[in-house]
Amino acid sequence: MGTIAWAGRKIGGALVVLWLVATAIFIAIRLIPGDPAEAIMGGPGSQASAEALAAARAEYGLDRPLIAQYLMYLGKLATCDFGTSYSLKQPVIGIMGEVLPNTLWLALLALAAAWVLSLCFAAQAMRANRVGAWVGNIVEIIAAAVPHFWLGAVLIMFFSSMLGWLPAVDNGTTQGLVLPVLTLALPLAGFLTQLMRDSLSYAMSSQFALAARARGESRLAVFWRHGLRHAALPALGLTGWAFSSLLSGAVVVEAVFARPGLGRSLLSAVLARDIPMVTGIALFSALVYIVVMAITEGLERAIDPAGASS
Amino acid sequence: MSRTAKILSIAFIALWALIALAPSVLAPGDPLAVNPAEAFQAPGTTHFFGTDESGRDIYTRVIHGARDSLAIGLAATALGMGLAIVLGTVAALSPRWLDEIILRVLEALYAIPSLLMALLIIAFTGPGVGPAIVAVGLSTAPGYARLVRSQIRTLKSSEMLEAATVLGRGTWLRVRNHLVPNALKPLLALVTLGIGQAVIWAAALSFLGLGTPPPAPEWGAMLSAGRTYLHLAWWMSLFPGLAIVFVAAGATLIGRALGGKARTT
Repeated sequence: MGTIAWAGRKIGGALVVLWLVATAIFIAIRLIPGDPAEAIMGGPGSQASAEALAAARAEYGLDRPLIAQYLMYLGKLATCDFGTSYSLKQPVIGIMGEVLPNTLWLALLALAAAWVLSLCFAAQAMRANRVGAWVGNIVEIIAAAVPHFWLGAVLIMFFSSMLGWLPAVDNGTTQGLVLPVLTLALPLAGFLTQLMRDSLSYAMSSQFALAARARGESRLAVFWRHGLRHAALPALGLTGWAFSSLLSGAVVVEAVFARPGLGRSLLSAVLARDIPMVTGIALFSALVYIVVMAITEGLERAIDPAGASS
Repeated sequence: MSRTAKILSIAFIALWALIALAPSVLAPGDPLAVNPAEAFQAPGTTHFFGTDESGRDIYTRVIHGARDSLAIGLAATALGMGLAIVLGTVAALSPRWLDEIILRVLEALYAIPSLLMALLIIAFTGPGVGPAIVAVGLSTAPGYARLVRSQIRTLKSSEMLEAATVLGRGTWLRVRNHLVPNALKPLLALVTLGIGQAVIWAAALSFLGLGTPPPAPEWGAMLSAGRTYLHLAWWMSLFPGLAIVFVAAGATLIGRALGGKARTT
């Protein structure tokens, strides 16, 4: 398959997935028991007035046939119109644009930190003896099993309350970013190291590594030139998943560190039952996942010529 | 699985089963008993893990909290796995077009990050234990379903199944007796890993105020309460968190040991 055909297929697939996500959310809104207008206004507890309900019905076209409503909903989404937030009374897209850079920055830094940490761990594991390998193994498993909200609290306890080195609340400075990034990165690094170590030990004990050693390359050179590439590929394939788990983690980390971002907006939207806001953020994260997946697949295609035909 | 690993795994599961089913054996106190005179006691001989802002014993609460936290994790995993088995099996055995549709739906579900999916569901249902289980279960289902599907597709063309077909077994019998059990064996390790993650996600929801409501002794909810007093009473946050790490890391270790078994046999 040529590159253009491949890209076309990818874009087509991405559109289908986005459409399905949007449709699922539309159906979910319909499935809420009771009056959808009331649900949009924040549920039966909101005590919305008859005029407000009528206005919501008119705005969402709830008085029209279902299929017309559905098409209108899709049409709005296609023009990036996610509607108006019910709790903040502003267009959803505008609010998302404001907080998005915070979250993306946090997630990208955490992704980079997790990669660096896991490469170091994996390299370290290569040189370790039996006891060292065992300890490394336990550390990875614990790192992967640590919940973000607890790790964040422990880091604050240690580095802010006890040592006073770093601020507990994100104040916009670089120091303020260290703890949130570490909180997000450590569990991911645990997962990535587990993955890398397996492929790394396979690569380092393979024929080509032996051949390179026989040519007189040092063990370290073999590690850098051959081992690393083989260790990185499977982990690279997981970048889409990693990014998606970072977005999940960001919801918690932003709450722990009182940091403005997509996750925090989402949380307050959920608490306020602000359906347009929640829908917008969910759709947007699906889009991010799809884009990241396409980029990593493209990268893998570029790195690995054998994959081009499949 | 080695003998030691087996013994340790069984001991681990037995310990948590005991804690969840009969918490009073290990912690005879009342997890909800308030005693303002003893608020913010540091860990010591009377209160192993200290006390919280209302003087409730943290140790008692951590032990009694196991039931809720584990039950949510187990129920969510069961729900996710059940859905995955149905979807994965149907997809693998269906004609191409239906397989393609199910795959796309799974991809769409997979595209939304787990916690975001959980929050999306809770936005519709409102917070609570039930929604938390459904939310965590649904968000884990697509990952499992893909694996079930690929397992069954591999098995579909195996000799064992050919033999069953030749012997004249019906479709349902073949699916029930051969496909599903054999597809599930390698998934067992994954489910064990998944339970640990489900416990974490469920606790995260409670931590965010969307799962078990306080003052119930649930680990995530306890951590959420402890966060306010972090500088004052670190033990309020430390011990419930350690319990989660202990469960999740234990589940991972058992899952890996089981995975090792699946590879060698």
